[in-house]
Amino acid sequence: MNAVKINKSTKIVLLIELIFPIALLTLGIYNGLLQTLYRSGVIKSNSFLGIEYYQGLTLHGVINAIVLTTFFAVAFGNVIMVFHLKKQLNKFTNILSISLMLIGTLMAALAMLSGKASVLYTFYAPLMAHPAFYLGLALAVVGSWVAFFGWIPLYLSWRKENPDKKTPLAVWGNLANFTIWFFASLSVAVEILFFLLPWSLGWIEGINVELTRTLFWFFGHPLVYFWLLPAYIMYYTILPGEAGGKLYSDKAGRIVFALFIILSIPIGTHHQFMEPAIEQGYKLFHSILTFGVAIPSLLTAFTIAASLEYAGRKRGAKGLFDWMWKLPWFNADKFLFAYGIVGLLIFIRGGAGGLVNASYSLNATVHNTGWIPGHFHLTVGGPVFLAILGLVIYMYSKIAGKEIQWKSANLMVPYFWFVGLMIFSTGLKMGGLEFGEPRRTNMGMSYLDTGGSNFEAFWLFTTLTTVMGGIIMTIAALMYFGVFFKTVFSKKVYEDSIVELPVTEAYHDEENIGAFRNYTPWVIAAVIIIAISYYGPISNAIENNVKASPTYLPGTPTPLEHSTVNTETIDLTQDAQ
Amino acid sequence: MDKSEKIALFLGVCMLSLFFFAVLISAKVFKQDVPECITPDQIFTEGELVEIEPGKLYQLKYLSKMWAFEPAEVTIPVGSDVDIYLASQDVVHGFYLRGTNVNMMAVPGALNKKSMHFSKPGIYPIYCHEYCGTGHQFMKGKIIVTP
Repeated sequence: MNAVKINKSTKIVLLIELIFPIALLTLGIYNGLLQTLYRSGVIKSNSFLGIEYYQGLTLHGVINAIVLTTFFAVAFGNVIMVFHLKKQLNKFTNILSISLMLIGTLMAALAMLSGKASVLYTFYAPLMAHPAFYLGLALAVVGSWVAFFGWIPLYLSWRKENPDKKTPLAVWGNLANFTIWFFASLSVAVEILFFLLPWSLGWIEGINVELTRTLFWFFGHPLVYFWLLPAYIMYYTILPGEAGGKLYSDKAGRIVFALFIILSIPIGTHHQFMEPAIEQGYKLFHSILTFGVAIPSLLTAFTIAASLEYAGRKRGAKGLFDWMWKLPWFNADKFLFAYGIVGLLIFIRGGAGGLVNASYSLNATVHNTGWIPGHFHLTVGGPVFLAILGLVIYMYSKIAGKEIQWKSANLMVPYFWFVGLMIFSTGLKMGGLEFGEPRRTNMGMSYLDTGGSNFEAFWLFTTLTTVMGGIIMTIAALMYFGVFFKTVFSKKVYEDSIVELPVTEAYHDEENIGAFRNYTPWVIAAVIIIAISYYGPISNAIENNVKASPTYLPGTPTPLEHSTVNTETIDLTQDAQ
Repeated sequence: MDKSEKIALFLGVCMLSLFFFAVLISAKVFKQDVPECITPDQIFTEGELVEIEPGKLYQLKYLSKMWAFEPAEVTIPVGSDVDIYLASQDVVHGFYLRGTNVNMMAVPGALNKKSMHFSKPGIYPIYCHEYCGTGHQFMKGKIIVTP
């Protein structure tokens, strides 16, 4: 397929979407490394070089898991639409989208850097952040919606012009992803605009905390698929071709993305298994549906493995497992293969651990322990992060017309990251599962302060393991920053303003099916299942809340504004008998 | 879909069903369930240990607040059945009784409950495992189970 030439405004917008989040990521990675140092007691203090522990943790989460992922999803989506549909982006939506995302990110960043938003990236009420934090996040999300709204007319006109063609798989996946994102983030928009923002501005006195949590996880779990699906698009439409093979089944890819539309959202309560106010039956139902959403991932594991086996055999592999070694593991020109395959290998561990979290009452063994960050660093910090790094530098080099610098270092980034991440996540998972190590806790000040009265020796080994892994991960990230910025500051050597992605042909190229050109039936099915699965938890959260919560700041145990607090005690004796 | 794809999908669904069935048995037959949903009219504002049947049945009402559990330390005899109630006075807290399946969130405005049979003597530390402000890392408690 031919590359597509883009106009100047599109080029500038895309360059910002690629360079800005990577520049900000330096701060995110730095604060990630510091987390391991604080938690293990290497740093036994409240702050280091002007950034406090929980402030740094907030920066780490927001920058790495929200800003980087959202900017990338929009940039990759823009490139997919332009390249696969051969259409130019709408100038108005494109510029509005990047403006909103930039303004929003800067507002949130200022709030975090000034220390007024140390509420972590889940911003659970009733701990309150500066209003600029909530407003900034909301603007950034709306900015990503605007990009999506700009793609819809492009797709509709393409579909009209090509009545007999199948929707390109990457486009099918990209629009599926943003459909999920749009519906999911409606919920966090409600949480922010109707609850958190008016409450942080003092317009309403108190809020229902359990309801805001339920609204958050309505958004929070599909968020992880919004992170993951761009990586899936890479696995289906880029990886097999880069390996020298074909996609085993084109239809499997379409089914997988469609299943994600239906099953991504109605499962969020599996993050709330250990919470009060929500009935056990509803939690069980969400657990069943969460197992359902594992099916598209198992199907993906099969399809991609089959595609790579085909590639290996085309390269002359014989026998049962020989195809694995025939793949281009260390070809610097096929670095996207390395970024993709290493991410997939990590995801085997990430996905398996995820099933534990989703397993209803089994969740009690790991909930909010180190196991949880151990798990999601193997998903968002593994396959997602590596797909982002690889594709960002690939897209950048085409758009800017640059030669990628330090190619062998670029190739080695995913392998270093793999080694570091495996050690790091083993430390966190073991600490959580074996020794009940709490997540998001500045343990260096208490449980790992070797001289102090709170010292708990059994966490020493696991937290020091995470330090070792964290250092290797940081080295991999520094290598990437070196490669990326060396490339950014190098001279243009090719024609620029080019949008191009590697393509993959299908091995089983099935017929054109109407349901895989049209999102409406999938969205209707999703809305029905969401209504069924969320009616219970949301009405529970509303009904079982006894009082509205006033506002608290992280440093003060008394409410910011005095409102009525219940002072009577209930008799629980009856309940026990 | 070709045959190998169907087989892979079938095996995947079997595996998931098996896992889920095992979890269901542990929850419903062996009573290792998620916390109970109780719907109070009001919530206690002081934590305390209430003896229902001496040496056998206790109610343990925990009030979590920035940055302590109330009561911070309780002593019960081995073999006790304890209904643990958890409330929050201010923000969201976590409650993890190390080495057990007692793992709960304390959400202001709601009341959480989990029951536990203490069959082994020892010291059971409690850690707050949800970020609850600048003093979060010091928030802990303990249950001492005497022989």
